[in-house]
This record gives sequence, structure tokens and C-alpha cells, in this order.
Amino acid sequence: MTAVTESQVSMAGALNRALADALAADPGVLVFGEDVGALGGVFRVTDGLAARFGDERVFDTPLAESGIVGTAIGMAMNGLRPVVEMQFDAFAYPAFEQITSHLAKLRNRTRGRVSLPVVIRVPYGGGIGGVEHHCDSSEAYYTHTPGLRVVTPGTPDDAYRLLRDSIDSPDPVIFLEPKRRYWAKGSLDQATSIGFDRALVRRTGRDVTLIAYGPMVATALETAEAAKEEGWDVEVVDLRSLAPFDDETVCASVRKTGRAVVVHEASGFGGYGAEVVARVTERCFHHLHAPVLRVTGFDIPYPPPKLEEHHLPSVDRILDAVARLQWDDEVVGVRGA
Amino acid sequence: MARTRAPERTLLPGDEPLSLLRKDGSPVDDSPLAMPDDDVLVELHRRMVVGRRFDTQATALTKQGRLAVYPSSRGQEACEVGSVLALRPDDWLFPTYRDSVALVTRGVDPAETLTLLQGGWHLGYDPYEHRVGPQCTPLATNTLHAVGFAHAARLKGEDTAALVMLGDGATSEGDTHEALNFAGVWKAPVVFLVQNNGYAISVPMSKQSAAPSLAHKGIGYGVPSVLVDGNDVAAVYAVVREALVSGGPTLVEALTYRIEAHTNADDATRYRTSDEVAAWLDRDPVDRLEAYLTSRGLLDNERRAAVAAEAEDFAASVRAKMNADVVPSPDELFEHVYATTPAHLREQAAVLREELA
Ligand SMILES: Cc1ncc(C[n+]2csc(CCOP(=O)(O)OP(=O)(O)O)c2C)c(N)n1
Repeated sequence: MTAVTESQVSMAGALNRALADALAADPGVLVFGEDVGALGGVFRVTDGLAARFGDERVFDTPLAESGIVGTAIGMAMNGLRPVVEMQFDAFAYPAFEQITSHLAKLRNRTRGRVSLPVVIRVPYGGGIGGVEHHCDSSEAYYTHTPGLRVVTPGTPDDAYRLLRDSIDSPDPVIFLEPKRRYWAKGSLDQATSIGFDRALVRRTGRDVTLIAYGPMVATALETAEAAKEEGWDVEVVDLRSLAPFDDETVCASVRKTGRAVVVHEASGFGGYGAEVVARVTERCFHHLHAPVLRVTGFDIPYPPPKLEEHHLPSVDRILDAVARLQWDDEVVGVRGA
Repeated sequence: MARTRAPERTLLPGDEPLSLLRKDGSPVDDSPLAMPDDDVLVELHRRMVVGRRFDTQATALTKQGRLAVYPSSRGQEACEVGSVLALRPDDWLFPTYRDSVALVTRGVDPAETLTLLQGGWHLGYDPYEHRVGPQCTPLATNTLHAVGFAHAARLKGEDTAALVMLGDGATSEGDTHEALNFAGVWKAPVVFLVQNNGYAISVPMSKQSAAPSLAHKGIGYGVPSVLVDGNDVAAVYAVVREALVSGGPTLVEALTYRIEAHTNADDATRYRTSDEVAAWLDRDPVDRLEAYLTSRGLLDNERRAAVAAEAEDFAASVRAKMNADVVPSPDELFEHVYATTPAHLREQAAVLREELA
């Protein structure tokens, strides 16, 4: 891989670059979905790919999500590497059966004989003023399904690297794209590979660990900056891979800081954060000074655009949680009290 | 917009199912189908007799507790055998839970065919070895796999077609419609063989669809559609072969009947009459071909006895194989979930090993 470091590439641009490089590297890679051809996708992530690679490799399908995933399964069985786009999170639900009953299970059902290197790109989450059904955070549905890898980038650089790794993966990958970060720019350092399964400490700190992923990574980093004013030194862990989960990196951080807050946009009840809290508690109990808290969206259907700011975890709400971690060990700390 | 392209093949099925043999085994004079060669007919007969014996053996194995469940295809042998023998060596078959006879006809080891129903594992055979996709339990989902597979073959420049089997009930599922639509748009070389056996568990056709025939469902998708007598193995073979080599998609509705209940666990007397069953027994696909072959001098008592003996041997070998207790290792639970086993599954495997130690 050539070492190219560029500053100021958007996440959408990084994803586009990853798709182009994967298409160029392997003639078996196909990109298809709704409006991904001439239009380049409603978020332009596939911009220019059909023109460059031809409409046998980058093409528009009939408008049918189950059909897109189901045919991708057949193509992967026949040796190709489909990368499909679901137009928006909630519009992937018609494909749910193909994803959970077949995509996730065929390797297992066939005792390893059938490998399905399929990537399903899902623009997910809110914060873009979208109307209903355009803002769901659907990660818990997928992470609850054994056999699927679920990953989500927080930065343009990760978007590039994780998508290349996902396309190379012999396992099916649900690739969740935080759509509110599509236009956020960052540097693109294609030479760095962190490892597909690894969480990443994005910012080191002593006092508390913020565990975030996808759209909330930037918010967590902002919170960490704001927390400095309160005298709190905040560490931020970006999960990157939601499933499988990197216990090692996460627990190393929590054991160091003794306090943790999990942040996500999705509703909290039965949500992905509950899994993270449980894992951290089970593994780090004796290092914890306080219960592990969650800051999540409310347990409501995704609200209309004019109210979404109240629903989405904000810097203030996360700071409040950090404050609730009961800093006076003498009085309320679980350990050393 | 003006029509620019005339359909290459007619989309509309005929009013009457296509056939080559009448129910008494006499040939249909003016059939548009070509009668298969004699050696093919003889082979179709042999495989139907063996397939039927396998089917009754499998049902018997449920009574002995050797199989968790078995969905019989007795009465549907013309569909199971006729379509599979029409496959060319490179073509692929995408079967359902009911199509075990199709699998053994394709050459899958009977013990491997029954692994799913036995509860040993979810699948016993290697799909690539036999060019047979996993037997599909969620209805109609396999139609999309077949379309994707066939489209990939087309993209790779291979002359491979896919045959996907589904039931009448499964044609109501959304995936059937998405698959027909994709196949139509992509002109994918896929044959959708709908074995219309009259019932989806207990639900009769009249409550399943208001269409004049299930073959009519291809029309709206631009998929040429054929209605065939599903108890006429010569006709099923001819129709499916023609469809497989056509280079595009075809919907074939085969009118047939399942003689047994939905599975050994079902009670068919709750939803159908013995008169109805008797009328279909009278249209038996094996008897029909035997009558024709006998009239042509292609089948005599000696050959009939030889085929029956082969079927008995086959059943005996199935019994012997299924008599062995198969207990998969609990370690296997954690294998093949991902290409490489992740840490949390290695931990869980260790916990179970400790529990079992
Ligand atoms: C998606 C789905 N819904 C329900 C079932 C339960 N089920 C199993 S077989 C069956 C009837 C299927 O009828 P048909 O498609 O006509 O096929 P047949 O069993 O008659 O061959 C049903 C409802 C299922 N397997 N999959």
C-alpha cells in the first residue's frame, strides 16, 4: 500500500476512495444498490465509480432491499465480493431476513464450506435533519446476530481503512456509516492499519473513559476538551468494531481510569450500550470507582428533525454523566471508600 | 412509451398444463414439447422408483426416532427427478426442505441429504461438490440466492443456469416477487420451479392466490412462464431443460400433489378428503411412465424387478447409515461462526469444555 497522507478529506470522499481502490484491486468486487450508478448514491459515496468501472461492476438494482442482499448472497456463493448499499438505515429492514437467516448463518450451516464476503453499507443515525425512517441507529439488531461483523468508522481515515478491511473480509460485514459525519473532514493516512477487530484509544486521559463509536466519536472528543475546564482528564475509546468486541483495549482503559461512560445515539433500552456496560462490569469490577453509565438517545421512535437535538446525546449531557460518576471516592466510591 | 421490443418468448402460460403423457401413459399427440430420448426416459423411471423408495424409507426413519422430522415428496417424483435430470453438469440446484429426493437424484449421499432433518448439523453436504445450494427452510429466500448465483455466472462468462425449487405457498412471499423481478431485469438464467402441490401445510391454493395460475405471476416481471403437468416426468424434464438452456429466466408451475401430510408431524385429514387423495393417486407419476415405457417395450418385468431391487438396496443402505448414532461434538458449536474464531467464542468454548470435563 502506498503511503499517502492527505489532509482534509471528507468521510464520504474516503469511502469513495476505498471503494475505487477495492474495485481496482480485485475484479471480483462489485458495487450495487439503489441509485449508486449514474447518481453516485444519494450521499454521493459511489460518485464516479460506474463511469470508471462500468455498469457490470457498479450498477443500479431494482428497488428491493431483500433482493439486493439475497442476490448478493448468491453472487458471493459464486465467487464474487459484493459491496451493497442500503439507502438509509430504516430501509434496510426489508432485507433483515436475508441478513439474519442467511448472510449471517451460511458459513455456520455449511460447516465453513460457504464463505460470504459481502459488505452491506448502511448510512445510519441522525443529526442531519432527516424526516422519519432516515435516522435510525440499527446497530443492536445486527450486533445481536452471531456471524455478522459490525463495524463503524468515526473518522475519514478509519472509514477508508475499515472499508478496505471489510471488503477483504471472508465474513459478511455490516458497515455502518455515520451519515452526519459524511462531510466532516480529516486526514487520510492510507498506510496505517490498526487492525480490523481493534478498538482505538483516540485520546488518552487519566480520570474517566468515554466509550463511543461512529457518529459519537467526534462528540466524545469534544466532551473531553470541554471536561478539561472541570479539571477532568478524559480518555476516549473509539470501538470501531462493534462485533466482535475488543474487550482488551476497552478494559485496559477502564482499569486505568476506573470510571466509564458509554455513549450512543440509539435508544438505550436493550441497546448496544447495555452490552458494553455488562462486559466492562464483568471484567473490570474491582477497578471501578463508580457504576458504568450510559448516555444514549431516549427510548422513543426517532423524533422529527425539529426535536432531534433533544434526543441526541450532546456534550452537555455527556458531561453531566461524567459529573455523576461521583468523584468523591471517600464518600461514595465503590472501591477504596 | 411505445413498445420497442417484442418478447422473445411468450410470457403467457397456456390454459392447460403442457404434457407429453396422459394419465394412462398414452402419449399426447400434439404436444409442443419434444419427447425425451428413450435412454433418458428409462433413467427417469429408475430415479423415480429409487427416489420414492428413499422417501418412504425416510418417513419410516421418523417413526424410529432417527429423523427429527421429514417432509415427504411422495407423489411429486416427476418434479423432483424430472427437473434435476434436466440439469446440465455445471448447473446449480437451489432446493427446499421438501426436495430430498431431488438431492439424492443429483447424487448427494442420502446420509448427507438427511443430516439436516436428522439434527446432526444444519447441512450435511458440500454445496460446491454437487452444485447444490443448502436446503432452504425460510420460504422463498433461496429464489434470490439462485438469481444472484446465476447473474454472477453470467458476469463471469460462464454458461451456468440455476434451478430453484419452491412451493405454491412460497410464491406469496415477497422474496419470490423480488427474485422474479431481478431475474427479469437482469435476464438471469434461472428456472423457478414452483411445485404446486395444492397446499401450504393446510392452506389450499384458493386461499393462497387469486391468480388464474401461479405461472401467471411471471408475466408482470417479464419472465416467460410455463404451466406443466407436474405428474408427467417427461414433460417436466422437457420444459425444464428448455428453460435451462434458454439463457434467461423462466417460471415453471408444475401441477402436482403431495400424497403424504406436510411432514410426519402433520395431520392432513384435518384439511383434505380421502377422495381428493384417491383422485391424485390415480394420476401417479411412476405408474404413468411405467405404462408408457411398457407399451414402448422399454420396460419389462425383468427390468422392473431390477429397478425395484436397486431401490431396496438403496433403502437398506440408507437404513444402515442412519442407524449409526451421530452425535456432533459440542466443540463444533463454536466453529465456523466466523472465518477465524474470535476471542469471545474461544472463551465460551473453554467454559463449555470445562463444564463437560
Ligand atoms: C418465511 C417462512 N414462513 C413460514 C414458514 C413455515 N412453513 C414451513 S413450510 C410452510 C408451507 C409451505 O408451503 P409451500 O410453499 O406450498 O411448500 P410445500 O411445503 O407444500 O412444499 C410453512 C408456512 C417458513 N418455513 N418460512
